[in-house]
Amino acid sequence: MLNYTLRRLFQGVFVIIAITATLFLIMQLMPGDPIKLICNPRIPQERIEELRHLWGLDKPIIIQYFYWFSNIIKGDFGTSIISGQKVSTLIAQRLPYTLMLTGPALLIEFIISIFLGLIAAYKRDSIFDKVIVNLAIILRAIPIFWLGILFIMFFSLKLRILPVSGYSGFKSLILPLATLVFPYLAINLRLTRSEVLEVLRERMVLTAYAKGLNDRQVLLRHVLRNALIPTTVMFFLSLPWIFGGSIIIESVFAWPGTGKLLWKSIVGQDFPVVQGIIFIIAMLTVISNTTGDVITALLDPRIRLEIKGENA
Amino acid sequence: MINNFIKDGLKNKTFCVGFFIFFSVLFIAIFADIIAPYTYDEMEIINKLNNPNQQHLFGTDRYGRDIFSRVVYGSRIALWVGLIVVIIESFIGISLGLLAGYYGGITNRIILFITDLTWSMPPIILALAIITMLGPSLNNVVTSIAIVSWAQFTRIVRAKTQSLKNMPFVEAARAFGENDFNIIFRYILPNVMPSIIVITTLALPSAILLTSSLGFLGLGAQPPLPDWGVILYNGIPFIRKAPWITIFPGFAIAYTVLGFNLLGEGLRDILDPKLKI
Repeated sequence: MLNYTLRRLFQGVFVIIAITATLFLIMQLMPGDPIKLICNPRIPQERIEELRHLWGLDKPIIIQYFYWFSNIIKGDFGTSIISGQKVSTLIAQRLPYTLMLTGPALLIEFIISIFLGLIAAYKRDSIFDKVIVNLAIILRAIPIFWLGILFIMFFSLKLRILPVSGYSGFKSLILPLATLVFPYLAINLRLTRSEVLEVLRERMVLTAYAKGLNDRQVLLRHVLRNALIPTTVMFFLSLPWIFGGSIIIESVFAWPGTGKLLWKSIVGQDFPVVQGIIFIIAMLTVISNTTGDVITALLDPRIRLEIKGENA
Repeated sequence: MINNFIKDGLKNKTFCVGFFIFFSVLFIAIFADIIAPYTYDEMEIINKLNNPNQQHLFGTDRYGRDIFSRVVYGSRIALWVGLIVVIIESFIGISLGLLAGYYGGITNRIILFITDLTWSMPPIILALAIITMLGPSLNNVVTSIAIVSWAQFTRIVRAKTQSLKNMPFVEAARAFGENDFNIIFRYILPNVMPSIIVITTLALPSAILLTSSLGFLGLGAQPPLPDWGVILYNGIPFIRKAPWITIFPGFAIAYTVLGFNLLGEGLRDILDPKLKI
């Protein structure tokens, strides 16, 4: 098991290097000289060459990438072209706000989708099931920026019970959180439902009933445990995805998080910041995927056996 | 074959509803010139921010442009972008999937690595990164979405090809001396086709959603093009005074995406019920 975890982590490091290297390469191939962006055009050519040398911009791309990566390992993400602040400071200021949004959103979405998915599957073809399934289909089609704006129109402008945008305490968290939860809820709800349905068809469920267990015991102890495996994987897989969603949400609600920062940096062509944020998201992706895989292996003895077979 | 398909299709409610919505959007896009009372960039400054009324069904924006006409023309952009994106990404995704599944070994490993790489990153973030480099425009939106979303094709085509390549009929073709090219295109591809049709139909709505999201962030289609996301974005400063500017294009996106999702799911039930997406 440890062996497997280490191997997955090693692969993960490789993935991070691949993502950042690709990004770095393409950004270097971009037209436009970063030095000219920062410097006053009246600065003499020799001075520019000096600066270029000082910042290592005259070295080959591979060496530059190596510098950049080793700096990142030391925690130095460079400085923003626009604000002149350290990228790490910029990100550190905003990351808590994004986490404040994405963390609870994921948890709420996970719990509700398992709860509703389990009931819908158990009461298959009932009115409850049909309502849930159709609601999930409709929710999946709704663009989250539109949903966010509709929420603002209704709750903030019409009822005036919640703030329109920005961050000003707990109340301003409610609308962005709700907007972020719904579309992912729709996806995971259907997944849980179909997984539970699949497990319900298995013969071990019959055995459990034959043992004299009641509905609740069968559902919670046997069915849910099996159905939870793919749902948990999905939970970890959707972790980076919800970060993607938060970019849009943050721009709808003027939320002071990393998504908003990323958007601003993209519009302003502030490459160091873009790269820093993408690096963090890539890290997060790799960590969550690896955790997902390892947890699946821990939960499911069948997969554990498969892994052992592979190693032998 | 076709008769059976139609019979199954008529029995499947999801498919029927999806097909109806799909057809209505297609109809609107084709006959936009006739349906829309104005062109998408016709300005009547006197009638700016009008309520929805008889002349302007969905109201007007701050330049007095007719929102109804803009939404109608927007369907062309949505469908066109969706179509081009799906053509590009299915081409990349299917070829890589066939190669990886058929040849296995190192080819498989490399392709699998790249696929997992693009698959695991959130598409909107990758697309944003690519647009940073290319600059915002509708063409670059197409490129970036195609680059970030071909992996869904590769994953499924690869898995199907792997299981197909050891089937007796493929072995038989090989015994008859067919070359790899023929085996892939005449024996394997036709059998993967049902899954490909389903993924293609489901890839279209995600492409449309992603396009409008990028448009909404101001990084997609540039004004005055009536991309639904762009119309919505332009309406945000007026959500108090003129909420119709944001309500109607959002509804158009939801309607279209819903239609394609239903169509895709209906097709899955009919063509390839075991396919998991």
